[in-house]
Amino acid sequence: MERDDLIVNDSYALNAHHSEEQGIAIRKKIYMVTVILSVITAIEVGMGVMFKRSETFTWTAIKWTFIVLTLFKAGYIVMTFMHLGDERKNLRNAVIVPYFVFIAYLIFIAITEGLAHYDLDLLFH
Amino acid sequence: MAGHAQAEVSKEVLWGGGQSPFGVTYGKMMMWYFLVSDALTFGGLLIAYAFWRAAAVDAWPIGEQVFRALPGLEGEYPLMYVALMTFILIVSSVTMVLAVEAGHRNDRSGVLKWLGLTIVGGFFFLGSQAWEWSHFIHGSGGFFNLAEQVTVTDPDGGTITMNAGDRVYMDHHFGHLMEMHLHDPVGVPMTTEGGHVILTELGDHPHEAHLHGLKVNKYVENETLVEGDEMMALWNARSESFSFGAPIPGLGADWGGINHSEYATQQGYSNFFFFITGFHGFHVFSGVIINIVVFFMVLNRVMERRKHYEMVEKVGLYWHFVDLVWVFVFTFFYLI
Repeated sequence: MERDDLIVNDSYALNAHHSEEQGIAIRKKIYMVTVILSVITAIEVGMGVMFKRSETFTWTAIKWTFIVLTLFKAGYIVMTFMHLGDERKNLRNAVIVPYFVFIAYLIFIAITEGLAHYDLDLLFH
Repeated sequence: MAGHAQAEVSKEVLWGGGQSPFGVTYGKMMMWYFLVSDALTFGGLLIAYAFWRAAAVDAWPIGEQVFRALPGLEGEYPLMYVALMTFILIVSSVTMVLAVEAGHRNDRSGVLKWLGLTIVGGFFFLGSQAWEWSHFIHGSGGFFNLAEQVTVTDPDGGTITMNAGDRVYMDHHFGHLMEMHLHDPVGVPMTTEGGHVILTELGDHPHEAHLHGLKVNKYVENETLVEGDEMMALWNARSESFSFGAPIPGLGADWGGINHSEYATQQGYSNFFFFITGFHGFHVFSGVIINIVVFFMVLNRVMERRKHYEMVEKVGLYWHFVDLVWVFVFTFFYLI
């Protein structure tokens, strides 16, 4: 059997190497993403220290801000650091779509059931 | 972009065999599939945490009040330590992506430099986590006021009577005090000083020291009296110490002023905390090991013989995934 890690074939692009100029451009992108990730983390920590948890609308907004910022960070890590953004679209979709279908359902069902459990618990508390 | 397959090929050719439809090697594709399954595991754990939290009737620990200690420093620094840990992991992710980038240019010394720094960052993160775990398992000192009179046996066989309202100091670890509740009362090493009773160092076998029937109405930390919600938050922070034990029957009765069912419920918090950060830490650990293996492969010029550095790219994917998981753990455990 052929070992595909030894195949030197254009379809795998293993033998294609970056030039120094390409390297400079990629590094520039990496440093930009580093700054973005650090700034988002700093904002999150600042917000975490500043705002107290409560039952108010403000807290709900803050909570969703945290989640959106986290998804931004995750997007930058996956698309740039793991360079999924540079892969073919079919690989990108094969990785991301099934995952989000599962996770979205799990989040929905766990929170729904958790809150139902909460209501039931209150009855007998 | 070279290194990443972008060439446009017609669909008939693409799926007609003899080609990689995804434009990646088998190894890299399987790394992605593995990461998807691993991400489902972590997603499942965090969602189980969400379920537990949504279902919790009692107060839930407040992140910035739980995570606020820094090694070797007194006082409160909410979220500073975890911010440091997050930053360490982001930086090590950056050094990893720089190693991958150097690999694409066949820059062997660049790969070695950045991969080496990634390994160092990984060890820093693991060390930070070890300190955090140790901190939560042991807790820290403080004192509380007794709710009612209690008589205990001192090491010399005499008895010490403590009155309601007396301060009991813990000169070492709060966790030991809890352990005392787990056993029959036979006496606890303590001294009196300026009218205050001090629980002294409990020695190598803290389980053998016991203090039964102690009732507490106020818990004091850093000379500040705390009550109500604040006290609950503090108590929650401390209750992390006991995640590995079974719920303690009758604990509530011993801790006046604290909702007795709260601890039992919040054990879920510490269970999930230790499990998820532990599972993540295990991934970091294995990532460091794999990085070290690849580091030596590069050092032995294995990649030069292969004429490509894809192995660095594959471990890079795993390492970034570890960073990715931490981003979510950070948000859902420490922030929200």
